[in-house]
Amino acid sequence: MTATKPAKWGLRTLAFGYLGLLLLAPVGMIFFKTFEHGLGPPVEAMTSPDAIHAIWLTLLMVAVAVPLNTIFGVACALLLVRHKWKGNAILDGVINLPFAISPIVVGLSLFLLYGNDGWFGPTLSEWGIQVLFSTPGMVLASVFVSLPFVVREVVPVLQEIGTEQEQAASTLGANGWQTFWRITLPAIRWGVAYGVVLTTARVLGEFGAVTIVSGSISGETETLPLFVAKAFEQFNEEAAYAGAIVLALLALTTLLLMSVGGRKAKAGASGPIPIVSDTAISTSNTKEGS
Amino acid sequence: MDAHPATLPPSAAPRAGIRLPGLGVGLGRGMVVLYLSLMVMLPLAAVVAESTSGGLGAFWDSVTGAQSLAALKLTVVCSLIVVAINAVFGTVIAWVLVRDDFRGKGAVNALIDLPFALPTIVAGLTLLTLYGSDSPFGLDIAFTRVAIVVALCFITLPFVTRAVQPLLMEMDREMEEAATSLGASGFTVFRRIIFPNLLPGIIAGVLLAFARALGEYGSLILISGNIPFETEVSSVFIRSQIESGNVAGASAVSVVLLAISLGLLIFVSLFARSGKHGEKKGVLTRTISRVLGRSGGVGP
Repeated sequence: MTATKPAKWGLRTLAFGYLGLLLLAPVGMIFFKTFEHGLGPPVEAMTSPDAIHAIWLTLLMVAVAVPLNTIFGVACALLLVRHKWKGNAILDGVINLPFAISPIVVGLSLFLLYGNDGWFGPTLSEWGIQVLFSTPGMVLASVFVSLPFVVREVVPVLQEIGTEQEQAASTLGANGWQTFWRITLPAIRWGVAYGVVLTTARVLGEFGAVTIVSGSISGETETLPLFVAKAFEQFNEEAAYAGAIVLALLALTTLLLMSVGGRKAKAGASGPIPIVSDTAISTSNTKEGS
Repeated sequence: MDAHPATLPPSAAPRAGIRLPGLGVGLGRGMVVLYLSLMVMLPLAAVVAESTSGGLGAFWDSVTGAQSLAALKLTVVCSLIVVAINAVFGTVIAWVLVRDDFRGKGAVNALIDLPFALPTIVAGLTLLTLYGSDSPFGLDIAFTRVAIVVALCFITLPFVTRAVQPLLMEMDREMEEAATSLGASGFTVFRRIIFPNLLPGIIAGVLLAFARALGEYGSLILISGNIPFETEVSSVFIRSQIESGNVAGASAVSVVLLAISLGLLIFVSLFARSGKHGEKKGVLTRTISRVLGRSGGVGP
């Protein structure tokens, strides 16, 4: 149906009006508010010791949670797609759980496990390990909320590429690792990359779960989102806006990577898969002696 | 997709367990299950156990207490309003993105995912800046129920659009053309042909958005005011119960939220897998998996 002109403009107005009022105007407003008095105040707010510590801690969360969930995600996707098992349906459901759960409930669950009266809390503190209100607890919260992304991105790509190339490789004498590194991983790389971007974005911005398990101690257990909330509640608007801008810029970068990566992931799944010549496999075979 | 056995030499009979490198399938599966159990299942088991630690009676009392019931009601009602709004606007946006042509379409399409990428606390702060006491429009909705609805609209905006877009792209235009040539008006074509085709996507998007809205926390704490019986949603209520030491009560309400979202999630995946939608089944399953994965890779 080619919409008539007035209908077309009506729909455009509705769509753009909604997006503008809900998304663009608020985000634009916060940029305006931050830089209202020039670059000085936000830069100053972001170079305070607490702010720098918050940025550092946020990056630490990413550095631990993202690799863990990427390795888990690829292994889990391979199991789900390539190896039939009765438990796969349950596995698949459990992986979706973090999407359905309120971050506050995630925080509460960790609190119940690792708190002073928790299941593991007393034993761990006897061993001198403090999980709650310190970095390990915050890492656990970040891992929990960002767990499904890589699996969910890699599963459809694996389904689409099929097993022909992998079987060809193994026929030619490649072992499991060689097939994985030379055939499977190159074919799913954009799916993995996309999952990593989404995982990173989620970890960077996580607030609800981390707020429960961290105790939000400035300069100690405060990530950037917690820093923003606290600064705002203490009427330190400049710091709150500056922190929000840093997070918003990271989010816009994520969007950019998402729209590029999404296109690549799609092309990668249906497009040509890199061809590995049989000589490459047989030479590496003899070299590695497997 | 299976390989074609005919094209492979006889010696290429698939060897079991070659595709998970090194570790072996059994060990790999064990590790994956262990990781999931430690990271996800065990913590959730603790919540369920704690919620009934005082017996089922105490669980029921916690859930039906005046304040927790008010919070649950507010959460459900606001979420319902929000998904209704986004069902309409989400579909309109999907339509404009697929069927309309304008400059900067790629950018607008990418922008849809902003709520997925933007940290929730930043979302709350930006909305408060524009619609709070310093609002340049003079629209002060801070600490009201309207603010909750606006924040949840922001957070759940992409779900319906992303679920409808691929259905709209794969729709056969010939049906519409046939209807128009037979004299159907634009509205009739929409009502009789387009809408029924998009409905599965709208429903899936709405259910996912609803599950998301139920648990939302970060975007609400700054803008909703968290006033008990007025603007306190369930997640905020849970937080306040934890802080006042009523962990069992917090767990009870958590289990209710958990049960609703879990039910919705299971329903959505069964809905997508059911054969009712004929050839759309594949598209819908893929779409849900992608929307669940907070994906934006469905650009026109």
